[in-house]
Amino acid sequence: MQEFLEFTLGGISFGMIYAAIGLSLVLIWRGTRILNYAQGGMAMFTAYIALIVINHTGNYWAGFAAALAAGVVLGAVCERVIRPTQGKPPLNAVIVTIGLLILLEGLAGIIYGGQFRSFPAAFSISGLKIGSTSLGASRNDVFVAVAVLAAALALAVMFRYTSAGLRLRATAFSPGVARLLGVRVGRVLTLGWVLAGLIGALAGVLVSPNTFLYPNSMDSIFVLGFTAAVIGGLDSPVGAVVGGLILGVALNYVSGYLGSALMPVFGLCALVLVLMVRPSGLFGAASSRQV
Amino acid sequence: MNDSSSGVHPETPPVSPPAPPDKSDLAAPEPTGALQVRGVTVRFDGVTALDEVSLTAMPRQVTGIIGPNGAGKTTLLNAVCGFVRPQAGQLIFDDTNLARLRPHRLASRGIARTLQGLGLFSRLTVLENVMVGASCHARAGFWPALLGLPWSDSDERRLRDRAREALDRAGAADLADRMPDELAYGLRKRVAIARALAARPRLLLLDEPASGLSERELPGLSGLIREVAADACVVLVEHRIDLMMSACDTIVVLDFGKVIATGPPGQVLTDPAVTTAYLGATGDG
Repeated sequence: MQEFLEFTLGGISFGMIYAAIGLSLVLIWRGTRILNYAQGGMAMFTAYIALIVINHTGNYWAGFAAALAAGVVLGAVCERVIRPTQGKPPLNAVIVTIGLLILLEGLAGIIYGGQFRSFPAAFSISGLKIGSTSLGASRNDVFVAVAVLAAALALAVMFRYTSAGLRLRATAFSPGVARLLGVRVGRVLTLGWVLAGLIGALAGVLVSPNTFLYPNSMDSIFVLGFTAAVIGGLDSPVGAVVGGLILGVALNYVSGYLGSALMPVFGLCALVLVLMVRPSGLFGAASSRQV
Repeated sequence: MNDSSSGVHPETPPVSPPAPPDKSDLAAPEPTGALQVRGVTVRFDGVTALDEVSLTAMPRQVTGIIGPNGAGKTTLLNAVCGFVRPQAGQLIFDDTNLARLRPHRLASRGIARTLQGLGLFSRLTVLENVMVGASCHARAGFWPALLGLPWSDSDERRLRDRAREALDRAGAADLADRMPDELAYGLRKRVAIARALAARPRLLLLDEPASGLSERELPGLSGLIREVAADACVVLVEHRIDLMMSACDTIVVLDFGKVIATGPPGQVLTDPAVTTAYLGATGDG
């Protein structure tokens, strides 16, 4: 029973990382129908920026803030790069985002080198205990879960209760009609990328203490974040969070009970299974657009 | 898709008749101008959809556009909205050449339109749909609204009030919290009209607003259109001749992309050229 509790709580922490990456993919997909293959690269690059600031200032939170700011800028820049592919065949956007990923990873290798770097955690990584019972989660794991949950809630409130969120949702569903009603669709799409960059940067900073930091460090995280988004439904921000939690906990059970070597295989199997059984995901609509 | 044209929604109240003058900020739009279409030509892959079409929709009047299917009625509205770019001609409203405006600028110029396909956002409530229509009048900028700054709150309340009032005018006040997909087609039509009204348009383009409405709903719709025209220039594309007769000041008849008749409804409908066009297109409204 204690093992089960440890695996569950540990899985929630990892699941929130996948949820954050999934959420950033959903934010872009909803508005543009583009799957941003560069999302992991963006997260990695902002984590490097955080590490440099932390090393120079000795202050974790300065690095944390720098990563988020860099995520915002990188999101806006990537949107400008990808914008010419709007209205063109989908393959154009796929190629450009993969190109961006290669560019970011190459730049990181040139600037920072290819070696594995340790990344500090915000809080203690030693396991919490209640009495003599280990919970399998640290203070930092709690911080990870709370940070991603807070970001997801802030996004939900913004989407639901502000007129800007209303315009975002309208644009996500039908950009042509939204434009006719006076919504500046280009600005809204930029915002989607900015928010995705922000959430991706958050994920990068939060996951790096567990994975080390190197130019390809986010590749597997991206795949699992994508799986989380697919499980929840690529159109649903709530689905991305739920999908991330399900995936994180399930992978931790596999790793704990069957061996960590099976984790990546299980992740890919889960992706294939969802795409075969319910391609629209748990929260996705069967028919997503009607104009 | 449901169709209420045969009156299958007996619970549906008629579209609201003209309301008394309102003292809210909704009731005082800026003075409107005329829409001038000058020699507009639109071609699609060699097919001429509009052939040097010229007409003037006068302010505070309802200008109807009729014609057999494929005559170019919706293409004309699409050209006004910037959905299609004319190969020749000018579209002038309030001394502004609409062909040079981006579509999202049209709303801030006081131009609103309903679509044949309605274009409602199916995952937004009815009230939210109409609020998007009113959002061109938001005073708080995009970023203050995003951050939920204090002045954006009052702005949102104003948009919400405007949306509720537009729903009330369109006879859909009780639908505010419903989702569009739950509604019958005739009711969704009202929501689409309310969304256009929420923009407080000075030029309102209505594309077949009566389709899906029952006979008993037409007088109410006609009254609503006349009421809107008191402060705006209204262009109405419609197949329902009874509505056109009661609502329009002027009717323009298109056939194969050309204007074949213009004038008051009674005069136009007895025009031999119009009769020939319709008889030549058997089965069209």
